[in-house]
Amino acid sequence: MAEGSDTEKIMRALYLIRGVEEGIAQRYPAGKMRCPVHFSIGQEGVSAALAPLMRRDDLAVSSHRAHAHYMGKGGSVRAMLAEIYGRAGGCSGARGGSMHLIDESVGFKGSTAIVGNTIPIGVGLGLALQQKGSDSLAIVFLGDGAIEEGVFYESVNFAAVQRLPVLFICENNLYSVYSPLGPRQPAGRSIYKMVEAMGIKSVAGDGNDVAATYKLMHAVIAEMRSGQGPVFAEFSTYRWLEHCGPADDDHLGYRAQGECAEWKKRAPVARYEKYLRENEGWSAARLEALRNEVLADIARDFAWVEAQPLPPRPDAYREVYAEDAGKSVGQNTMESAA
Amino acid sequence: MKRPVEITFAQAINEGLHQAMAASDEVICYGLGIDDPKRIFGTTVDLKERFGKRVFDMPLSENAMTGIGVGAAIGGLRPVMVHQRLDFFLLAMDQLVNSAAKWHYMFGGKRSVPLTIRLIIGRGWGQGPTHSQNLQAWFAHIPGLKVVMPSSPADAKGLLRASIDDNNPVVFLEHRWLHQQMGEVPESPDFRVPLSECRVMEKGVDVTIVASSYLTIEALHAVRRLREEGVQAELIDLRTIKPLDWPTLLTSVKKTGRLLALDSGAAFGSVAGTIVARVASDLFSHLRAAPLYLTMPDVPEPTAYELTREFYFGAPEIAAAAWKMVKGEERSFPELEREGHHDVPGQWFAGPF
Ligand SMILES: Cc1ncc(C[n+]2csc(CCOP(=O)(O)OP(=O)(O)O)c2C)c(N)n1
Ligand SMILES: [Mg+2]
Repeated sequence: MAEGSDTEKIMRALYLIRGVEEGIAQRYPAGKMRCPVHFSIGQEGVSAALAPLMRRDDLAVSSHRAHAHYMGKGGSVRAMLAEIYGRAGGCSGARGGSMHLIDESVGFKGSTAIVGNTIPIGVGLGLALQQKGSDSLAIVFLGDGAIEEGVFYESVNFAAVQRLPVLFICENNLYSVYSPLGPRQPAGRSIYKMVEAMGIKSVAGDGNDVAATYKLMHAVIAEMRSGQGPVFAEFSTYRWLEHCGPADDDHLGYRAQGECAEWKKRAPVARYEKYLRENEGWSAARLEALRNEVLADIARDFAWVEAQPLPPRPDAYREVYAEDAGKSVGQNTMESAA
Repeated sequence: MKRPVEITFAQAINEGLHQAMAASDEVICYGLGIDDPKRIFGTTVDLKERFGKRVFDMPLSENAMTGIGVGAAIGGLRPVMVHQRLDFFLLAMDQLVNSAAKWHYMFGGKRSVPLTIRLIIGRGWGQGPTHSQNLQAWFAHIPGLKVVMPSSPADAKGLLRASIDDNNPVVFLEHRWLHQQMGEVPESPDFRVPLSECRVMEKGVDVTIVASSYLTIEALHAVRRLREEGVQAELIDLRTIKPLDWPTLLTSVKKTGRLLALDSGAAFGSVAGTIVARVASDLFSHLRAAPLYLTMPDVPEPTAYELTREFYFGAPEIAAAAWKMVKGEERSFPELEREGHHDVPGQWFAGPF
């Protein structure tokens, strides 16, 4: 179904996201990446399916768990790793860390750490696109928890009122930190149906079924480019690791015994490999070759970042205001009131 | 089952919550993760098990849940809400500032809002610009709010009990680097530390150092070192930022003639700046040196390890500033530098949150 080049892009994105995330997770305990990191392992599917569908001039924003979105959008892996390592060359000048990623060269406009924070910002990007008469889209990545924030409703409402070209991508992984949906949202209510009732087209799918996600979003995005207004898409998926950090935390017991194992059987990467072999005529060797190529790149990226210098300390004080770009405001903390 | 005399700051908060909930059915506790496996850094252990529906996890809805706290408070409860980072609570400014802080005043004193809001201030391990803000001055700027910042386990418990008893909205600020700190804490459920009383931690005649929360610990190291070198600093732990205990503070500065005010927030509009201003105008003729403040710069906290290396000040800078004020000469105190990584409170902390 997918165009040939798209299937390869998707498979490449899956290997990339998974490989980089595993690379970070393996190295994190060494203590060189000293910032909170929220992994996307297990949740690679949606970002990878969207990778060939998002154009460079589409504008995306995301939240704390943004690595997959950033890479799916084509963000520089090296600049992201340098940011997480706190080295020179970080995409946010070593001031933002894992939770604040940006690569404007590919339209990734920023991910932030306060849940819900970028939802209205994505809608604002959509407003700017519409006013300029562009057929680009603004894409807002968010979790199931973020829809509990008031700002989500206010933003969806405005996007609906103005028919803005905003694509909301909600990855429902059933949890907000250790909290299941139970204490957070009424039992049996579907997120996308609720949003549909707010007046925007809404769709849902299995985010771990990459081929199906691609197919669905291919149609949705084509329609959006012809000015159909905002769309909300909810995808079920599951995070394998702890909420924040590289460890497995199944022993804590906040998720039912066997739940994670069950989801691992539906791993987006393995499932798409199978799909390519069974439906697109890919051989095991072709998959292996692509995987090795991506992993070799990733190994070079980690070697590069580990050799990157530390950022100069005065960088901490730069660019608080737009007119300071490139200048230091000075680091004197002591001031006399006299 | 006798508990040890010394417990951690987090355990002291926990004990205070247990005793407050046992003492009155009106006390309810809620917040994201309040009953999860980590129990808000251990501060809410066993509350759910013991108090059932009076303790609950909440949706990611900080603004509404604050307003709901205000409504519950005027409806006869004494809610205690908690957020794992102060920064998350910033979504709730409307309900905090326009409702909680104003209710009693703008309705002619008809009804007060006994709401306690526990906020945890992060630091280190790349907490960065939006997980480490020290906004005590912001909250203190709002008439109608009380602002509390304990530095010791005993104060944590005693001030928390007093905050819950208090009939006003109280913003109760816990520094993440204090939770593991040990100290003697009275076990009695009657134990309280009254609001608006600062504590003179060390007596001295040469300079008054005003600190709060985690900075009190840094200041204590500085003051002890200064004493060895013959400078007698008086250390005041504010404990309550608003309403501030001016009499104790002004009496101290009158005696010493010198003021060094510390603040973990940014310089402009800081609590320390307010203290310096008041001292300069009220005690001008008593001063032997220009009053000083030592604060964070007017810059957000960066994330990278290297960029935070010299970002914070602590005991060495406090000692040097006090020394210069008293002796009129520069001196550094490298022996006061903390050992190990600068971005963790101790060995027990291995990230990531
Ligand atoms: C306003 C706010 N409240 C709380 C937090 C703490 N927090 C960080 S991530 C998170 C969970 C968000 O859940 P969800 O949106 O489903 O995203 P997921 O982590 O599952 O990807 C929470 C509660 C925060 N960062 N911001
Ligand atoms: Mg979630």
